[in-house]
Amino acid sequence: MSSVASLFADALVQLRNVTFGYGERVILRDLSLAVPRGKVTAIMGASGGGKTTILRLIGGQQRAQQGQVLVNGQDVGAMDMQQLYAARRRMGMLFQFGALFTDMSVFDNVAFALREHTDLPEELIRDIVLMKLHAVGLRGARDLMPSQISGGMARRVALARAIALDPELIMYDEPFAGLDPISLGTAAQLIRQLNDAMGLTTIIVSHDLEETFRLADQVIILGPGTVAAQGTPEEVRASEDPLVRQFVHALPVGPVPFHYPGPGVAQDFGPIEGQQLGGGRP
Amino acid sequence: MSWWRPSDVGYAVRSKLADMGMATRLFVRLLRLFGQSMRRFGLVRDQVHFLGNYSLSIIAMSGLFVGFVLALQGYNVLQLYGSANSLGLVVTLGLVRELGPVITALLFAGRAGTSLTAEIGLMRAGEQLSAMEMMAVDPVQRILAPRFWGGVIAMPLLALVFNAVGVIGGWLVGVVLIGVDAGAFWGQMQSGVDVWKDLGNGVVKSLVFGIAVTFIAVLQGFLAKPTPEGVSRATTRTVVMASLSVLGLDFVLTALMFSI
Repeated sequence: MSSVASLFADALVQLRNVTFGYGERVILRDLSLAVPRGKVTAIMGASGGGKTTILRLIGGQQRAQQGQVLVNGQDVGAMDMQQLYAARRRMGMLFQFGALFTDMSVFDNVAFALREHTDLPEELIRDIVLMKLHAVGLRGARDLMPSQISGGMARRVALARAIALDPELIMYDEPFAGLDPISLGTAAQLIRQLNDAMGLTTIIVSHDLEETFRLADQVIILGPGTVAAQGTPEEVRASEDPLVRQFVHALPVGPVPFHYPGPGVAQDFGPIEGQQLGGGRP
Repeated sequence: MSWWRPSDVGYAVRSKLADMGMATRLFVRLLRLFGQSMRRFGLVRDQVHFLGNYSLSIIAMSGLFVGFVLALQGYNVLQLYGSANSLGLVVTLGLVRELGPVITALLFAGRAGTSLTAEIGLMRAGEQLSAMEMMAVDPVQRILAPRFWGGVIAMPLLALVFNAVGVIGGWLVGVVLIGVDAGAFWGQMQSGVDVWKDLGNGVVKSLVFGIAVTFIAVLQGFLAKPTPEGVSRATTRTVVMASLSVLGLDFVLTALMFSI
């Protein structure tokens, strides 16, 4: 597939043969993927399949046990704290529920990184913060506290906070989870607009098939520990891989089992004896 | 998990050692962040206000009652030997050397330590600390260090307030209520209490307690499991561990300071 080869050539983020696990449980096994510059890449897959782990590896919050995580050609896993913090200044991350600082107002949340990392005068910070809030449509909510705004608004504030330092890479962890249809549409539109207007590279981790397929330039579907499919939404939708088919068409039956592995039915409930199941008691 | 299986015991010992190593490293980091914290004094000042000011009422009330009780009990014993005039000295020495620092530290653990642990634990549970890390801001430097140093500064000040209110309580019961001679009460206190040996050692004690209590609170919050149960357990551990450390440290410090 030539399209995938060209993706690797101009990739901002690359995972090469990454293996990662917690204790005995291996989550990612020999995983390789590439995130092309300037595009929206969606990472999808079953719950607990290591999607969020990939974001944590890219952000350097976890280190791969084997393999390399390259951002701009530099191995995140090999960086010391100082290099890592320097690399993170060029990344924005949106956590699942926003993770706003609850003791600060909306304005101060967005201003936080600017105040920590720059010596800009307060008037300039005010202008930048209001611009970022304007971009997510919440300029009027600047004085509210995180407890006073809805979940969808909180995520938009977190988005404004994530782009405060004008990153080149922005990562979204489940940006659509628990949003009403209007907020969901707004969020998707915002992600697209910010990516195109600011020349960002975007990674989305999501379950929401419809919205994500409409939004993304490239979709990566994770199988157990590794990449099951990678390509444009159309390519992935047309895939014949049974796991990808099950996921894309939301089928209950397929390689991903409904039952969590455990003892057999017979072992837990005893052998089924002929016709006695519905029978009355003596 | 069973205590007789060598592999389990080994695992338990190793993880305990790892925890202790991690705690020690955090402690050293917090100490080394003193200069940096003082350079952004606004953050520390907010914490002194939050931890200190809001603990003032409970500290003052407790100090008053402890002063009352000390004066009552002291008078009962002293008057047997006709030395009720020394009441002021007895009350003050008891407060300044022992009860002031110790009770303040215990109350501080319950009032301020728990709120520190819960705050940091919930920040962790809400991924706020992760978000901060991803913004290239070190949570140890931005969140933990100001809280630690704020607590360390607030604790001796609170102990001094406790002592002062306690002495007033002793005066109220001893002089106003029972009728001990006011001149003797204050005079004996003035001649018997040494500024450096008694008051100074008391301040040193409260400083050590402040370091111990605040560090335990901050550490427990930082290590709390990010679940409601984890935060509640961490809060409980803060009170238990901080109280025991204060009492243990008090014995050691008293032995070092007053055993000559």
